[in-house]
This record gives sequence, C-alpha cells and structure tokens, in this order.
Amino acid sequence: MIELSTPLSEAAVRGLKVGDEAAITGMLYTGRDAVHKYLHEGGKLPDGVNLSGGVLYHCGPVVIKDAAGNWKCVAAGPTTSIREEPYQWQIIRDFGLRGVIGKGGMGDQTLGACREYGCVYLHAVGGAAQVLAECIQRVPTVHFMEQFGAPEAIWEFEVVRFPAIVTMDAHGNSLHKEVFAASQAELAKYV
Amino acid sequence: MKMLADSLLELVRRTSAEIPDDVHQAILTALEREKHGTIAESAMRIIDQNIALAKQKSQPVCQDTGSIIFYVDCPLGFDQLGFEERAREAVTTATRKGYLRQNSVDSLTGRNDGTNVGPGSPAIHFHQHRLPEVKVRLILKGGGCENVGTQYSLPNTPLKANRDLDGCRKVILDAVLQAQGKGCGPGILGVCIGGDRATGYEHSKQQLLRRLDEPNPNPELNRLEQDIVETANKLGIGPMGFGGKTTLLGARIGMLNRLPASYFVSVSYMCWAYRRQGVRLAADGAIQEWLY
Repeated sequence: MIELSTPLSEAAVRGLKVGDEAAITGMLYTGRDAVHKYLHEGGKLPDGVNLSGGVLYHCGPVVIKDAAGNWKCVAAGPTTSIREEPYQWQIIRDFGLRGVIGKGGMGDQTLGACREYGCVYLHAVGGAAQVLAECIQRVPTVHFMEQFGAPEAIWEFEVVRFPAIVTMDAHGNSLHKEVFAASQAELAKYV
Repeated sequence: MKMLADSLLELVRRTSAEIPDDVHQAILTALEREKHGTIAESAMRIIDQNIALAKQKSQPVCQDTGSIIFYVDCPLGFDQLGFEERAREAVTTATRKGYLRQNSVDSLTGRNDGTNVGPGSPAIHFHQHRLPEVKVRLILKGGGCENVGTQYSLPNTPLKANRDLDGCRKVILDAVLQAQGKGCGPGILGVCIGGDRATGYEHSKQQLLRRLDEPNPNPELNRLEQDIVETANKLGIGPMGFGGKTTLLGARIGMLNRLPASYFVSVSYMCWAYRRQGVRLAADGAIQEWLY
C-alpha cells in the first residue's frame, strides 16, 4: 500500500504505476457531469476551491445534515468516469489536477493528459459506498448545491487512507486497455 | 393506509442497505476464488466489508440508489392508485432519511427537486393474480450498470450472430466484453430473447427478480445461463475490470415471443450491489414475510 497525501507533487504522481494500491489522506473534491461541463465551458471554480495538486473524485454522494447541523456523508462510492472523457484532459491541464478518482477507467485523451501534465487515474471500488464513506472524517462545505443539486455539487471531503488502485498512470499505461485487449482475445477462442 | 406507507418505507430501507443472501453467497464464493494478493481479491474484500457495514449502519450499500422499480402482484379489485400514492410517500420519506439519494432529475431543465418523485419515478408495475395476497418486490438499479445494458438485433454481421441460440450466446458474451468493469462487476445479467424493443428490455429486468441459486425451469435456457457464466468467467475481466476470475456472478435468461421480422436480445446488467427485496403484505398493509 502506497500512502499519498494531498496536495500531490508531480514527483509522487510520476512515481506511481498501474496496479499500485494507494491510500489517500487529505482533501478530495467531488465533481461529476455538471461540474465538468461547466468548467469545460469556461466556468470559474468557486472561491476556496483550489485543484492545483489536488484530487478530483467522480462521486455523487449521499450527504445529510446531522442533529448539530453539520454535513455528514452517509454513502460515497465512485461514479462511472468515462462520461467525463470529453472534458477531463482540459481540467487536468487548466487546473493542475494530480489525481482523478472514479470507476471504470477513462480513454486516450485523459491518458495522454496524465502523461503530459503528470496526473494519475485511481480506481475506487464501485458500489463500496460505506467502506469509502468511513474514510471521510469531515465534510467542511459544499459548492454549487443550488445550481447542480446534491449529487452533482462540489463537496469537500477530508479523508484518511481512502483506498484506490492506480489503473492509469503518468507513463501512458492503462490497465483498462490491457484487460480489454486480453479479454477480447480470450473471447475469440470461445465463440 | 398509513401501515402500507410504513411497510413500503421499510422495504426501501432494507433494499437499499442489505444485499440478499443468495447474492451475498455468490460474492463470498467469488472472493474465495480470486488469487491471493491480487487487486481483484482486494476489491472483493472491500465489497464484502461494504456489505457488512451497510447492513450494520442501515445505510445505502451504494450511493447510487438507482432507478426505483416496484413490482406488485395483487388480487382483483386492488386499489392501484392508492398504492401508487403510498409508494410515492414512502420514496419521499426514504429520500429525506438518506435511504435513497436525491436521484431524480427533470430531463429538460436538469432540476433535481430532491424528492425522487416525478414522471417515471418511482416506476411501478402491477400484475394481477387470483390470490388474496399482495406481494411487493423492489429493485434499486444504479445508473452505472444501467448504462452498460444493451440491445442487439439479430442477425448481427460483425459478431457473426445468427437468429438462433448460438447467435444469442454470441451477443450476450459481447455485452459482457463491452461492459468490462464499468457496470461494477462482478455483475449479474438479466436477458430477454425476443419481445419488442420495449418489452424486451422490460422482461430482461424482470429476470433480475429471480434468485441466483434456483435453476431456470427451461432446460435450454438453463444450459445457456450456465454456459454464459462459465465462459464469461474465462475472459479474465474480473471484479471492477481489474483482471481476475469472476466476471459474472450469474445470468438469468427469459424469452418472449417475437415478430417474424424482429429478433431482439436485450441485456440488463446488474452490478454486484444487487439491491432486490420483497414483502408479502397482510390486508392492513403490514409486512407478513420477506421474500428473499
């Protein structure tokens, strides 16, 4: 297990390779379909959100307010990342992201941006909303709640040892491409 | 009718927080099968921990609490409109309590009013039977797995799939290949051979009401189900598409008659977070028995 702390340095990110299991401690920002489209179309990040060296989490969590009026995240697994493929490369480039967490992997444009700008794609276990929510110590605030709705908002999560696996590294390697090619070749034997 | 709304709320809570035993058993078998020290094993271990934690905390197994689909078996004369109202109430309350995510969006305006109630949500399918009892089954199906569902029209030239069971096998396995880990595998397929474009998909989803540990009563379809699972598990896609031994936990295949001109094969992919539960209700709406 490789321990990572945010903000991530370029050197730390370039030291990672496909198949590495990581535990991330620090700050994660959620962002999914609406946020990606908004930033792609030239929208500005809200005050207080700095993605430089940061990690963006493709996630639409379930968050409720507890009795004391604090946000409490009750479920927070990853959402499918490929929907952000048209936008992700640009957000890596323009905002200095060092890590993207999601599920299902992404395409060549994102893989290219990871290599060029120094970023990795980390795969969290899809559906593991409780195990992952347990790693969230605090939810300091939320942005774009009114504009995009709760699942699509930018939530700030303070996390401790959030588990994810590097499936696309900064050297042009993608576990998703490898597994697709191998499984396609295997299937040809049986049909 | 207050009792009915309470029962439906409890059905939603339990469906969202607890994986049925037949599915959990299949997950445990898959966990044992994965090679020690691999990321596939690590993923299956997190999945198993997640199932335990969700049940213990009575919180959603997955944050995508999905499309809310009720299947109601009811006697003649049952008040379907009343049921629909109680179901909408239960869904609204369940969303406020965090059993369900605010998960229903106006497709034109993009607005999410946070209730999970709107055109098409929740979806309710009624089926009359000549019995006095009311059975309500619920599936919560997340968007990630719904997005990898697909429909083929045979013949399919690129896949060399003709209008026969071997052609069906080819396209079903292609659906597994294309899905990779994107639908949160290891997955479960619900498949319909035949029907039209709408009824085919609908029937494929209804296959997901069948338990994983009961064979298909149709011997041909039973063989096909086993073949699909065995073959899919040789492909090495594995949990989450990380590579590994378990790509599918199960396949449930049904059929509908078709038109001579049409030959659809509709595939619904269900994630490992297979949220399905059901209840038999007493006349006053109280829960008498859990069905899974």
